[in-house]
Amino acid sequence: MKLPEWLRIGRIAGLVFSLAMFLSCFAFAEGPQSTTSIFEPTSTPAAEIHHLSLFVFEITGAIFVVVAGLLIYVIIRFRAGNAEDDREPAQIYGSNQVELAWTVIPVLIVVVLFLTTARMIFAIQDAPMPQSALEVTVIGHQFWWEYRYPKQGLVDQAFVAANELHVPLSNAKQPRPTYLKLLSADADHSFWVPQLAGKIDLIPNHPNEMWIDPLHTGLYVGQCAQFCGVQHANMLLRVYVDTPEQYTAWVDNQARPGVQDPAVAEGRRVFETEACMNCHAVRGTAATGRFGPDLTHLMSRETLASGEIPNTRDNLRQWIKNPDSFKPGALMPAMQLSDSQLDQVTTYLETLK
Amino acid sequence: MADRTLPIDGSLDLTPPREEHESTILETLHAWVITVDHKKLGLMYMMMAIFFLLVAGGEVLCIRIQLALPNNHFLSPQVFNRLFTMHGTTMVFLVGIPLVFAFANYIVPLQVGARDMAFPRLNAFSFWMTLFGGIFLYYSFLGGGGLYGVGNAPDVTWWAYAPLTSRAFSPGNATDYWALALIVTGFGTLGGAVNVIATAISMRCKGMTLMRMPLLVWLMLVDSALLLVTITPLTAAQIMLVIDRYLGAHFFDTQAGGSAVVWMHFFWIFGHPEVYVLVFPAFAIASEVIPVFSRKAIFGYPAMVAASVGIAFVSLGVWAHHMFTVGMTSAGNAFFVLSTMLVGIPTGIKIFNWLATMWGGKIRFHVPMLFCTAFLFQFLAAGLTGIMLSVAPLDWQLHGSYFVIAHFHYILVGAIVFNTFAGIYYWFPKATGRMMSETLGKWHFWLFLIGFHLTFDTMHFVGFEGMPRWIYTYPADRGWANLNLLISLGGLIQGIAVLIFAYNLISSLLNGKIAGNDPWDAWTLEWSTASPPPDYNFSTDPVVHSRRPLWDLKHPEDPDWKYE
Amino acid sequence: MSAIPLVPGGHVHEWHLPSRGRIGMYCLIIGESAIFTIFVVAYVFYIGKSLSGPTPQQVLDVPIFNTICLLSSSVTIWLAERAIERNSLRTFGLWWAATITLGIVFMIGTGIEWYKLIYHDGLTIRTNLFGTTFYSLVGLHATHVVVGLSMMLIVFLFTLTGHVRYENSERIQVLALYWHFVDAVWVVVFTVVYIVGR
Repeated sequence: MKLPEWLRIGRIAGLVFSLAMFLSCFAFAEGPQSTTSIFEPTSTPAAEIHHLSLFVFEITGAIFVVVAGLLIYVIIRFRAGNAEDDREPAQIYGSNQVELAWTVIPVLIVVVLFLTTARMIFAIQDAPMPQSALEVTVIGHQFWWEYRYPKQGLVDQAFVAANELHVPLSNAKQPRPTYLKLLSADADHSFWVPQLAGKIDLIPNHPNEMWIDPLHTGLYVGQCAQFCGVQHANMLLRVYVDTPEQYTAWVDNQARPGVQDPAVAEGRRVFETEACMNCHAVRGTAATGRFGPDLTHLMSRETLASGEIPNTRDNLRQWIKNPDSFKPGALMPAMQLSDSQLDQVTTYLETLK
Repeated sequence: MADRTLPIDGSLDLTPPREEHESTILETLHAWVITVDHKKLGLMYMMMAIFFLLVAGGEVLCIRIQLALPNNHFLSPQVFNRLFTMHGTTMVFLVGIPLVFAFANYIVPLQVGARDMAFPRLNAFSFWMTLFGGIFLYYSFLGGGGLYGVGNAPDVTWWAYAPLTSRAFSPGNATDYWALALIVTGFGTLGGAVNVIATAISMRCKGMTLMRMPLLVWLMLVDSALLLVTITPLTAAQIMLVIDRYLGAHFFDTQAGGSAVVWMHFFWIFGHPEVYVLVFPAFAIASEVIPVFSRKAIFGYPAMVAASVGIAFVSLGVWAHHMFTVGMTSAGNAFFVLSTMLVGIPTGIKIFNWLATMWGGKIRFHVPMLFCTAFLFQFLAAGLTGIMLSVAPLDWQLHGSYFVIAHFHYILVGAIVFNTFAGIYYWFPKATGRMMSETLGKWHFWLFLIGFHLTFDTMHFVGFEGMPRWIYTYPADRGWANLNLLISLGGLIQGIAVLIFAYNLISSLLNGKIAGNDPWDAWTLEWSTASPPPDYNFSTDPVVHSRRPLWDLKHPEDPDWKYE
Repeated sequence: MSAIPLVPGGHVHEWHLPSRGRIGMYCLIIGESAIFTIFVVAYVFYIGKSLSGPTPQQVLDVPIFNTICLLSSSVTIWLAERAIERNSLRTFGLWWAATITLGIVFMIGTGIEWYKLIYHDGLTIRTNLFGTTFYSLVGLHATHVVVGLSMMLIVFLFTLTGHVRYENSERIQVLALYWHFVDAVWVVVFTVVYIVGR
């Protein structure tokens, strides 16, 4: 029997398409160790969401299989035959029982889904903050992240960091979650590190809160998820989950004032006279600017420009020379420094460990 | 003989022959510019929609070239941000809404047996306002910033969240073009909506009670009623934005105690019902095409009417599911989870009714039916990904990611564009008197289907992989590169398919097969008059006795009014 | 014969559909109500949230006289509608003119109020959130009053030239519907701004 034309074209097309989709499966084979996949949770909020998502996929998957299956059956079984049969099929105008059935069943599904979802909303959002929690204030800027740490434990010094967030490891027996208070200095931003939690927005004049309790050490990546301007794409997030020892060491270091190395006095003078200190702060010096990231311990960071480039001497020098070369539209202007000034200031900054 | 209460083939013999004379180009142009005829205006809305579809399609192809590779330098971030803002704004306001009025204007008067819309001059005014708003929006590429493609087009996303849109963070006029152009199109939209409602209520022919109106008319009526309370909140919010920017007001000025979240609420009170406004024509077209090509009456007409009205009402109460991540209370979040899931119920009912219409039928897979069949699968999938997103904690991961883009493009393209194509192939013969090419149509369909799925199926997965929206580039080590390449490839294939469609349109216009009054053997009033219809539509006012007047005429032994 | 379907249930009964003008005006009213609702919501949300500047209690006087004028104009326009239905064109003209006059008095009163607020109390649209929401909400309403007055003035001119007659009563009623809407909005605005918000 000769197949209708649409079916012939369709089968070839379907084969090509299936091949393409099959090949695309290899597209998401092994990624980097820190991944942005929402299916690799390492913290309770993300894990809870992951479990819920599997439940939701099962339900929606079942619905799809049933309804699409019926559709496929209908397409094949009830297509017009080739015979020139002009009689119209029986005209069925409706059926109250059927309408009732396919109203009631979806209502039941909705009830189940809703109750499950509501339970999780309350569990995550209204979770009471334990005493052992670390509270960090996150302030979103165009296009970088400011982190304000309180006085902690034996360290009697609050401090400000930027762009790389360090949090302590938590575990089920001795939870040590980190509660983040989310603020914004300018437009709307959103804090999204998929392996740790869902995202919450940073909205000016509207403080928000979220918590994470990372159960594995490592580096977790993400980025701003609410369009905030020209360089929204490069407002990257790096969260370092440290062992207790690593974390204490990091905090101790961050709490110290900036290293004062007399060998780089020239560079420091350039920094302070060429308007750098108007935007940047180095604790323990005259530089107390808050518009740009705190540079007190710049060299403790692996990256510059909120995760965009590795923290090397060449990159740092180039960044200072012309931020637009890495991040066109960043709010830091090119400071028009001479080559020697650039060398000096870079050398100075390299001492800020 | 007993009265022939319906115009039928040959009734035009009653019309005295008209003087045929060749019009000059200027005369033709003049006739179109001054017209108040609903058919011409409907076609003009359609031409506007197709034009801006191609423009916005071009914009997204540039975007996809930029995103096909990591760290690409095809577009600067400034240009990229303008392109995606304009792509979204254009598609919603200059393609989606005009499509509503293209189909409504052309078909509603014909299907209710009227001579024209209720307010023909308002109709013309509405169209020209809409077009002017579109031109004004696009002037932004030239105005202000310069001619080199990086002018002052808006670059704040189509949501234009505050305070990014304040003078402080959006200097220059880009945001002003966005707000003002859309206020202008908004007035056109309001006029169009008023017209459709008045036509459906006040211009029906004798015998056509509300429950005998074709489902397309019902859907356009409900759609327009929804528009009245949907577009107006946006107009209000945009007026507030303009007042903020120009008169120093503080509606969304967070420094003065104003609230960025208030903008979000106002925008989404518009934005969510808006997407239902956009999808209703797709429902309307499906409700006309599927019965005709299955050779069966629509299953469950009253349920379909009730479901449509239900969707419209419930859609007014779900808006904050776009705001699950802004820090509403847990009770607030839970409420919107429930309302959003509830809107899935009448929507599902519609899918089941279409399915039941096909059940037991004799389905003819001409091009319109191919598109409608694909629509059914795609709309089902889109509804289900919508349910996924309605689960707020899951949305906390997926909001602002490419999963959401995949979901709404499944509706906008997979439902709306697919059914728009179905509608064009279906009513092109009526509007022009010629058939479109079935062969070209099938090439168009299959290529578009493949391209669509390659792009948007893959896009769900890159969303699962954590790729956020609105980014002009991404690092190579994210693992998104291969998926993005596939997405871009699919876009290219869709572009080719649309070009085939455009060619089909034009070549069929010039020498398509002559269609006759009723090429599809359909049952609603528009198929009883000539193709194209004369200016006055019907030579005598129709009188109807059921939902399918032409079925009654063709099947006098088994008319519908016996069963309704 | 069987080729022609028998019309069921006899001939089609009287076929009356609502007037399209009336439906159109109802639609416009619904749309405009939505716009006003958004401005009212903004006003209510921002009550008490101004960071500085004069508060409503400090500077707002309740515009009793203005309100009486505007609400009375609904009565006068209703009387005008009834007059033209009876074909009493002179009576219609008088009541119509009274409506316009009352509307103009309302606008003058609003102008006086705003003059005081701007020049004596220092409250402008940019002063604080109260100023922003007050002027935009009351101003939006005032704009609608002006549009209504313009339409009514045109009708009045046509009345003077004798072009408005009994046959036009439907259209007069549609325009009156708009005016009643404007008055109803004032009731809401008045309550929100001068009673609840003060």
